[in-house]
Amino acid sequence: MKVMVLVKATKESESGVLPTPELLGAMTRFNEELIRAGVMLAGEGLKPSSAGRRVHFAGERRTVTDGPFAETKELVAGFWLWQVRSVEEAVEWVKRCPNPMLSDSDIEIRPLYGPEDFAELMTPELQALGEDQRRRLEPNA
Amino acid sequence: MTELPPQEAVRKRIAAVWHMESGKLVARLARMLRDVGRAEELAQDALVAALEDWPRSGVPENPAAWLMTTAKHRAVDELRRRRLHERKAAMLSCDVEPAGEGDDAERAVDEDIGDDLLRLMFVACHPVLSVDARVALTLRLLGGLGTPEIARAFLASEATIQQRIVRAKRTLAEARVPFELPRDDDRRARLSSVLEVVYLVFNEGYAATSGERWLKPELCDEALRLGRILAALAAQESEVHGLVALMEIQSSRHRARLGASGEPVLLLDQDRALWDPLLISRGLAALARAESLAAPLGPYALQAAIAACHARARTAAETDWTRIVALYDALAEIAPSPIVALNRAVAVAMAYGAAAALLIVDGLRSEAKLQNYHLLPSVRGDLLLKLGRQDEARAEFERAAQLTQNARERALLSRRAAECAPAGGRIN
Repeated sequence: MKVMVLVKATKESESGVLPTPELLGAMTRFNEELIRAGVMLAGEGLKPSSAGRRVHFAGERRTVTDGPFAETKELVAGFWLWQVRSVEEAVEWVKRCPNPMLSDSDIEIRPLYGPEDFAELMTPELQALGEDQRRRLEPNA
Repeated sequence: MTELPPQEAVRKRIAAVWHMESGKLVARLARMLRDVGRAEELAQDALVAALEDWPRSGVPENPAAWLMTTAKHRAVDELRRRRLHERKAAMLSCDVEPAGEGDDAERAVDEDIGDDLLRLMFVACHPVLSVDARVALTLRLLGGLGTPEIARAFLASEATIQQRIVRAKRTLAEARVPFELPRDDDRRARLSSVLEVVYLVFNEGYAATSGERWLKPELCDEALRLGRILAALAAQESEVHGLVALMEIQSSRHRARLGASGEPVLLLDQDRALWDPLLISRGLAALARAESLAAPLGPYALQAAIAACHARARTAAETDWTRIVALYDALAEIAPSPIVALNRAVAVAMAYGAAAALLIVDGLRSEAKLQNYHLLPSVRGDLLLKLGRQDEARAEFERAAQLTQNARERALLSRRAAECAPAGGRIN
């Protein structure tokens, strides 16, 4: 199964404070361990929300707001995509991670949907419709 | 989410830690004991100890270290017993030089675990074992899979798998297979045996379209995990990256390979929007590493390069068939086989037309290996149809339908035979 592992933002990460060389070293070693275990598929760190944008959907309206965004603890400061055999395995890996932030912080584990989760929803008609839409999006079709 | 009962939660944690750590435990113990079979038994003992201890006194702060320490204690006890036994034997035979491997082994304990894992892979895939045994042993020793899981994956009985593993361990012990990294010429052959086993596991999962379907994608994942680990352990080996690239790109098509009612969808008919772009980009990156490490490319890297041609094409029509033919030429040179030749013929048809391909396929009709292979008449029928030779095409499709073991495929081939209009049909 694939999981997304979300590193939640803190006051420091939101104000753009970079990690110390020690922390950077510890995180690099942890990432190395993930690669050697065949677990890591992808991972990136995100700039503070002050560099971001948010698009709000209300009916037909789309409203764009510039960052920063207020609810720091709900924001994401970085992510990994891991291939693991169970959520429990993901938890064990997260416990081995050095605290990625300079202050107390949270890491959240979220399993990804797979095609099997949609099997009941996807009627053949719906599937054909989806394929037709994709075909029309193809420039050379 | 509902909270699990505490015992159940602990059991799940133990299973997770075991899957993560068992390969390393066995590898380290095998290094100490120079006996892979015994190492696996003692690692299992450590697991049993955890199953007894953790539900009672709680999961330790560092469960991996707990398992390793417990397992190593058992290995040290075993070495002491062995030395005592040897000393007694030596006294009886007046031999004054008892083996001192124990000290050596204990010193080894703090060294990098990576080389031990690599040694373990080489031993589990040793040519002294049958291919079936290599596969079972690799899944057991490096994947941490239990007998029931392996049995389900290969549709065999648990007794069969258990016996296969026991016999494999005995064979390794009797042949005194050393726990070491092979060198030079030997290394290349041994590495290709490791890669073959990993790819066999992958194909066992990839080819599955029926039966115990739920476990099969997990076999693909397990093979990919082993391949990725291998790529980190043997980072200088081009073919390791080639195999990883091949598996990543093939996995990227997973969602597109089955139609709405579970029927297989051929590569060129697949909806490319369903291909996983993350796995494609990982595959292309692995292929680039393979290419940077070797010239000319080995068989896995070449197959990955062919798969990459498909992955790079946004539509089937954009496929670079000329390049695919060139890659098949290279593959046929280093790993010649009638199957490769047949695949090459299909690529030739796409790149240079059906007439050129038919010449190649006609040359393959005398190949003993292809006598009962349904894809030969199937491909030939396809080419004949394109050349407007309907009657001959129908005969080939009918023959292919007779030869295939797969009911769905038979239905498809019979339909194609029936569709061959009488003479005077289209030519393209």
